[in-house]
Formats: sequence, C-alpha cells, structure tokens
Amino acid sequence: MDKQQLLDKISELSSKAEGLAAQADALAVQAAQMTGTGAGEVVATTGSPFLFLFTAFVLACFVGYYVVWSVTPALHSPLMGVTNAISSVIIVGALIAAGPMDMNISKIFGFLAVMLASVNIFGGFVVTNRMLAMFKKKERKG
Amino acid sequence: MANLAGYAYLVAAICFIMALRGLSSPETARKGNLYGIIGMLIAVITTIAMPSVLSYGLIISGILIGGAIGTVIALKIQMTALPQLVAAFHSLVGLAAVFVAAAAYYTPEAYGIGSPGKIGVGSLIEMSLGTAIGAVTFTGSLIAFGKLQAIFRSAPVMFKGQHALNALLGLLLIAFVVWFCTTQEPVAFWAIVVLSLVIGVLLIIPIGGADMPVVVSMLNSYSGWAACGIGFTLANTALIVTGALVGSSGAILSYIMCKGMNRSIINVILGGFGAEGGAAAAAGGDDDRPVTSGSPEDAAYFMKNAESVIIVPGYGMAVAQAQHALREMADQLKEAGVTVRYAIHPVAGRMPGHMNVLLAEANVPYDDVMELEEINRDFSSTDVAFVIGANDITNPAAKTDETSPIYGMPILDVEEAGTVYFIKRSMATGYAGVQNELFFKDNTVMLFGDAKDVCEKIVGAMD
Repeated sequence: MDKQQLLDKISELSSKAEGLAAQADALAVQAAQMTGTGAGEVVATTGSPFLFLFTAFVLACFVGYYVVWSVTPALHSPLMGVTNAISSVIIVGALIAAGPMDMNISKIFGFLAVMLASVNIFGGFVVTNRMLAMFKKKERKG
Repeated sequence: MANLAGYAYLVAAICFIMALRGLSSPETARKGNLYGIIGMLIAVITTIAMPSVLSYGLIISGILIGGAIGTVIALKIQMTALPQLVAAFHSLVGLAAVFVAAAAYYTPEAYGIGSPGKIGVGSLIEMSLGTAIGAVTFTGSLIAFGKLQAIFRSAPVMFKGQHALNALLGLLLIAFVVWFCTTQEPVAFWAIVVLSLVIGVLLIIPIGGADMPVVVSMLNSYSGWAACGIGFTLANTALIVTGALVGSSGAILSYIMCKGMNRSIINVILGGFGAEGGAAAAAGGDDDRPVTSGSPEDAAYFMKNAESVIIVPGYGMAVAQAQHALREMADQLKEAGVTVRYAIHPVAGRMPGHMNVLLAEANVPYDDVMELEEINRDFSSTDVAFVIGANDITNPAAKTDETSPIYGMPILDVEEAGTVYFIKRSMATGYAGVQNELFFKDNTVMLFGDAKDVCEKIVGAMD
C-alpha cells in the first residue's frame, strides 16, 4: 500500500518536473531570442567605428601579452626578427597611397613607404629564418 | 568587397598571432615564421586587389627593389651584427609610418577620412600620433644603429638641462599636435615630423652601450605603436592588431632586459649609465690584490677529468669570435664523458636572446643551453664553471655589496662551482666599470689572453 502510494507520488512529481523542464526550455529559448536581438541593437546603436577599432586594439594587446610571455627566452632574437617583419604590415597603407593611376605627392610617399616596408618584410623574415635554421637539437643523447 | 577585405585582414592578423605563438619552442618556430609570411602575403594581396589600387607596375617594382635589398642584407649579415641590423630595420618601419601618414594627410579621400583640409579631428589625432611615434622610432633607431655599429661612441651623451629640454620639447610636441588638429596646416604637420625627429635623437643619445639591449627592444615596441597609430587612421584592423602585438612584444622584452640588469625602465630612458663607470674603472684598475692565474694546459687537464662543466659565455666571446673554438672544446670534453652545459644570462649579448643565436650558429645544440633560472642552482654541484667573455653577470658584489652600481642585479652563481676558470684579456673592468670580486676568490683561476686563442690552446692540449 505505502509502496504503491510512494510510486504514484514519484511518477506524479516526475511528470511535474518534466513539465517544468519544458517550461524552462521554452523560457531559455525566449531569453536567448531576447538577448540576441538586444545585443544586435546595442552594436547597431552604440558601436562607433572608433570603439570597434579600439576594442580590437585592446584585445590584441592582451593577446600579445600572453603570447609573448610564452615565447622561450632562447628565441627572443628571432622574436624581434619576426615582430620587425610583421610590423611592416604598414605596407598596406603605403599600397593604398601608391595605388591610384594619377600622379600626386601622396603617390610618391606611398611608393617610398612600399619600398622601405619591403626591405623590412623580406629582410625580417629572411634573417629570422636564418636564425631559426641554426637552432638544432642534440643529435644523440649522451 | 570591403567586407571580404576585412575578413582577409582578420586572417592575416591571426597568422601573425600564430607566428609569435610558434616561437614558444624551437621545434615549432620555423612553422611560425611560415605563418608570418603567409599572413603578410594575404595582407598585401588583399590590398593590391582593392579597386582603387591600380598602378601595379610601380607597386611591384617598389616591392622588388625593397625586397632585393632586404634579402641581400639579411643573407649577408653576421650574427654578431644582428642588433644593429634590427635597429636599422626598425628605423625603416618608423620612416614608412611617417610617409604613410603624410600620404593620408595629402590625399585623405583615398583612405575615406575626409577631403584635404576637412579631415575629422579623430583621424587627425591618430595621424599625428602615428607620425610622431614613427619619426621618433626613425631617428632613435638610427642613433642606436650608429652606437651599435660603433659609428658613434656608444658612451652616453649627457649635457646640463637635458631632461628639462626633453620635457620642454615633449610639451611643445603636444602644442604642435593641437595646432595641427585645429588648423590642418601642412606647416603644422611637418613641424610635428621635424620635432619628433629631434626628440628621437635626444631620447637615445644619453643611453650607454650596456643598455643597448633595452634600447633595441624599446624601439621594437615603438615601431609597433607607430603601426598601430597608422592603423587607427586608416581604420585597418590588420595594422592595429599587428601593431599592438609588436608593441607589447617589445615592451615585454624591454621589461625582461631591465629586470636582467635590475634597472627600472625610467632609469634606462633617463640614461647616463656607464658614464660614471669610466671613473670607477680607473679606480678599479688600482686593485693589486693577488689573483691565481693558470695555463690553458692545466685547464684542459683539469676539465677533462671533471664530471661536469658549465660554460658561461658573454658578449666578449662573440667579439673574439671564439664560439666555434669554444664548441670544439665542449665537444672534446663531451667525448671524455664530461657533462657540458651553457648558462645564459638574460642580458648576455646585445639584444634579447642574442647569445642563444650566437651559440646556435656555432652548432651548439639548444638543449645544452640553459637560462639563468634553470641552471643557477646547479653551480654548487658543478666541478668547473668556465667564464668566457662575461664579467659583470658573474660578479658576486651584485649580491653582497650594497654600494655597487650593479647591486641587486641577478647573477650567475659561478663562485659556487668547485673551480672557476675565467678567461680575460687583462684585469680591466666590465661594462659597468665595477671590479669583480670573483677574481680574488681562492677557487678562481684566471686564464689571461684572447678568448679564441685560449680556447684553441685548450683544445690543442686535450689531444
């Protein structure tokens, strides 16, 4: 008798729980939808172009911080070589300046900057490669 | 199209992060460099593919000329001259930043930041920052290059009122930026450029030769921030992200170098270290306490019968070009069953990690090369410490003598070893101009002579 009652109660409770779970599910979906549209609106209304760039900048500083600390001290010279090469991505700005067909002062500046940055890009990657090629493991233990 | 370019720049930026990440171990480092090259290719091709970029002939000739020059220099450069090469390369990034800013100023419509004379204030501020940092990087790096290449004397140049002058010029620079942002006059733009060029020179001349590792890393950082400033002007995420990566990398390296010398970055920037060293060196030379000196033959015999040897190389080793002779000596010792390791101090050499590259060039396997933290405890259980071309980084005064200029600097505890062999040309002092107490210890044997010579003699005596 007692057992039967207990079982009944349990099944009753479990069906109630199921109902609650379903409700929670539905709510969660609703909430997700709400936050989804909400977030979209926030970006659309307050995301000034500067803020967007600044966000990228700050996040990149953090990435740089953690990545650089994980560089082994033995490779600090190649690190400088690589960073030197990639900082020449400034060539992107130079290419835009040198790009137009018509001649103007900006084009001259652009051309000079393309040349300087190219020295750096090729020089930086080549010298880094030379350094890294020298780092060799012990051939055999002992 | 604009969106596509944005995605491509994002991929390029990720490649650059992977390039730095690869350097966490020598095994992945070369793949990392490849990532860097791919990232750069993506960034360049994306830009050339833009509809406004049409003068392909001019651009490709620029890339080829610059690329050829860069490649030839990079292939020919001696590894000992690496620091000045890097300094020279930094100066180019700085100058390129100035040129790009000038181009953006004269043709703002190409970058979508307004029309001539009507550029937004935000863009103007970003532009002046990029220009100023670029110009400072340019002349600062040139001075650093000159000092490292021994074109100028590497001794600090100090004059009365130097710091006041620098502070004044800094304020003047801010005034110029305000002038430029309010009037947009070309005169104001070039005034910022010229003043920043002057500041670049003044910032680096008071910094002495011993601090060059910090200077080179600091300029590395500046070149990154310059790229960042330009990136903001052009609203280009690839530039901003890369600039921030390079900037923080240089800043961290500067910090590590400063810590290696127990100096604050402010102290280094204010300069003058080593100026008072000249006087101290003269005083140090008067020391006529007895030292034990030995012959290379004795050293060869003793080390061959030792169980373990730790070699402590310094920049002097590279100057004497002794790394190959040293490695031969180490090989001989290893054949005789001696454990040989190398201990590298963070500021050994003239740029971060310089000594590791120099040893790698001499075919020393990198797993034999240890950093200060890894090996310092092992000196006490080592039979022989072999100091070659290093001095201040082994000076126990850094721990015991509070009046010493190098007090507090982390040192390699060579004096804990059973016997210390110290190769030295004469009894002159090191960079810091401080007498090394190590010379007068009972367990120190001086091997007077040229580093390469002594190593070759030891190798000869071992046969």
